[in-house]
Amino acid sequence: MSRKYHVATTVNGDEYEYLCEPQQTLLDILRDELMLTGTKEGCGTGDCGACTVMVDGTMICSCLMLAVEAGGKQIETIEGMAKGEELHPLQRSFLELNGSQCGICTPGILIAAKALIDRNPDPTETEVRYWLAGNLCRCTGYDKIIRSVLAAAKEMRGA
Amino acid sequence: MSTILDRSGFNPDKKLKIVGTSPIKHDGIDKVTGRAKFGADLFLPGMLVGKILRSPHPHAIIKSIDKSAAEALPGVKAVVTRADFPELPKGSVAGDMSRNAMAREKALYDGHPVAAVAATSESIAKQALKLIKVDYEVLPHVIDPVAAMQPDAPILHDHIRTKGVKDAADKPTNVVERLELKMGDVDVGFAQADVIVEHEYDTKPMHQGYIEPQGCVATCTEDGQVELWCCTQGPWVFRDRLTEILKIESSKIRVTQSELGGGFGGKTGFYPEPIAILLARKSKRPVKIALTRGEVFRATGPVSGTKSRIKMGVTRDGKFTAADAELVFQTGAFTGSMFFNAPQAMFTRYDLKNVKTVSYEVVSNRPKVNSFRAPCVPQVVFGVEGVVNELAQKIGMDPLELRIKNAATEGYKTIYGETFGPIGFVETLMAAKNCDHYKSPVPQGQGRGVAAGFWFNRGGETTGTLNIAADGSVSIIVGTSDVAGSRISISMMAAEELGLPVDKVRATMADTQSLGWNRITAGSRTTYSSGMVIIDSARKAITELCRRAALIWGVPEEGVTFEDGHCRPASTNVGDFPPLSIAEIAGKTTLTLGAIAGHSEMNVTGAGPGFGVHIVDVEVDQELGRVDIKRYTVVEDAGKAIHRLQVEGQYQGGAVQGIGWALNEEYIYGEDGRLQNPSFLDYRMPVASDVPMIDTEIVEVPNPRHPYGLRGVGEVPVTPTMAAIANAIGAVIGMRPRSLPMSPPKILKLIEEARAGR
Repeated sequence: MSRKYHVATTVNGDEYEYLCEPQQTLLDILRDELMLTGTKEGCGTGDCGACTVMVDGTMICSCLMLAVEAGGKQIETIEGMAKGEELHPLQRSFLELNGSQCGICTPGILIAAKALIDRNPDPTETEVRYWLAGNLCRCTGYDKIIRSVLAAAKEMRGA
Repeated sequence: MSTILDRSGFNPDKKLKIVGTSPIKHDGIDKVTGRAKFGADLFLPGMLVGKILRSPHPHAIIKSIDKSAAEALPGVKAVVTRADFPELPKGSVAGDMSRNAMAREKALYDGHPVAAVAATSESIAKQALKLIKVDYEVLPHVIDPVAAMQPDAPILHDHIRTKGVKDAADKPTNVVERLELKMGDVDVGFAQADVIVEHEYDTKPMHQGYIEPQGCVATCTEDGQVELWCCTQGPWVFRDRLTEILKIESSKIRVTQSELGGGFGGKTGFYPEPIAILLARKSKRPVKIALTRGEVFRATGPVSGTKSRIKMGVTRDGKFTAADAELVFQTGAFTGSMFFNAPQAMFTRYDLKNVKTVSYEVVSNRPKVNSFRAPCVPQVVFGVEGVVNELAQKIGMDPLELRIKNAATEGYKTIYGETFGPIGFVETLMAAKNCDHYKSPVPQGQGRGVAAGFWFNRGGETTGTLNIAADGSVSIIVGTSDVAGSRISISMMAAEELGLPVDKVRATMADTQSLGWNRITAGSRTTYSSGMVIIDSARKAITELCRRAALIWGVPEEGVTFEDGHCRPASTNVGDFPPLSIAEIAGKTTLTLGAIAGHSEMNVTGAGPGFGVHIVDVEVDQELGRVDIKRYTVVEDAGKAIHRLQVEGQYQGGAVQGIGWALNEEYIYGEDGRLQNPSFLDYRMPVASDVPMIDTEIVEVPNPRHPYGLRGVGEVPVTPTMAAIANAIGAVIGMRPRSLPMSPPKILKLIEEARAGR
């Protein structure tokens, strides 16, 4: 068995420690060790975006980051998106406008959409479409996803 | 005794409170918070990781498998090979399923499973796979179905003789079946035609493309009781097939369905599940297998690629006189493509009397195909709707007008024997003709295409239960899978029946030990069929509520009526009792006769056929050959949209899957017979920036066999897409593409041909 490395990191504000093999990805550890299964694996090669998380404020595919690289970082996953009983406006908007069908891509899309709105509170439809171009959805045809993101952004602007 | 299938109680004038609205689906909160548990999301104590070794050869005899070194690796708890699967005859349905799950005599495609391991970690499992020595004798292979039909083609199975051919030679072939389906006399029909158009078309296999790879967890006790957690479109069908191929009694396998991360037909058959069970049986520990995306592409269900020749005739005043087609369907390494749907559905929507079709199903060295929305139909509609458009051009008629003139209506007898009841094809075409998109001028430099599609819609064996709790809230148990929001739609129909707010109703998907048999979720049958048994269950529960109210009031049962969520005296003669709510009656069940529930099991019939029309505007980059979808409208008859947003989502999602199939998606095999693009990077499905908003128009021509008039809506939205886009491209460049995908190199070639005036 390959040697394991000890890593300390922060996920959704909570401190975690884990042991990982050198080839294991952050996605592997989030799901298999920390039991944060809201982050999904659709491809393992950075092509589908289902495993999107934030690391120190940067949006990444967690299947493309080694678990050992996550030491000392601030990681945000879908499990940290709602604050207590209060859903994030994006989560509410996806519920109300049916932006989620089967739901497998939804966590990654919500994380990515939040990253967009945090940078650009008033995105155009085109900007939303290009920002989310790294997140595959096979159910919705994207229409209701885009509408959900635009509606949440509008609500957050207080417009 | 009449049942809900004979008397649905459909009443077009009934004021509906819940059906037709769009409440938030109850399973939505788990999906936006990451709680929803999909196939790979279950963890059990002591669980092992299962991994599958796959053939790198498209066609090879497996001479021997040496697993000793893998078994000796510390951390490896079980290794399974073909020797662990019960013997089943070649060519039997079970024998084929078993051989697809694990290769036996031969590996038949790149990615065919040949062995599997369960180990304490993924890295150990991967290391163990490398230690398994498989001795292959590589054989010549064949990928293309037409090449596979040739007399000198490499033969996959020595038992196949072509079905449906009289005096077929008694020697092995790759042609599984020849199917002829006809009505009327095409020679007479074509003789009446003023214009005849005939072309050849080809389409490529595409993958269903669900974002969730197959994932499952199996356990097995020492006395052979199996539990299987998996993402499936049919827990009972999985159970029955596993029972057959693993020789386990049905009562000893419990299949529990996870949330389904997309299926679209691709999760109607199992892949890693029997292997996980055998690994669990050997190791006596839980085993999880989650496929990688590469495994999904190499070894799970694409749809059939096709070659077709399609011919139709029309009179100068626009009446179709005959249609003729010859179709070849590639089924992959094993039979089971459902190619028979194509000749039944391809022309069905037009008032044709003379039709002839000859269809072939052919095996070749590719993964066995699986279902996909309207299995085997969109591929051939691609050609039919191209021919229809060309006929319209040649006689100088608007393409929708020609379709309206030839649309089938109630009373039309189809080629498969059904006589249509009330259908909404004309209404759908009229709605398309009158919609804003079609009425607006085609923007400069763009081309517009239209096409129409049809799907039977299905019913089938279905079981469900509705329980009323003491506080008057309701829990529903269904056995179908929720592929597209069926839980909320079914809850809405139950709430409508019971006069309750939909928030008081919750639907759960049962495991196979908790409910009677349910046919697979496929063919747009679930909201229709499970909805039917749950409405029936609700009506039975209402009968029981009335009986209880009668007991409470001390009046005869017929003296009680149910209206608006309350039991009331049927007339003033019965007595002066204040209405009793469901909660008031259910709260007193210990005083009456115990719990109140309704249950129903039936083979649901009466599904209403569905029709759709797509309108698309495209722009074609004349230098790069790239096609951009600028505007898209789906018009489809839903019968009745139970949950409007869900129905729109079906229309939009189907259209965009069709856009991918039309423009990008295909399997690319090398000379070596290996798949060269088994990743989302190289197999490119549409992303958000590839497509515009998809406009929808829900037509509602009720199906009176259903209490609320609904028709299935899931299959139709992909049937006309590729044809509509091809017609639009043809309008821009002057040459209508006849080969999928309509990728830039092919479009550039067509532009050149058009310029050369060919």
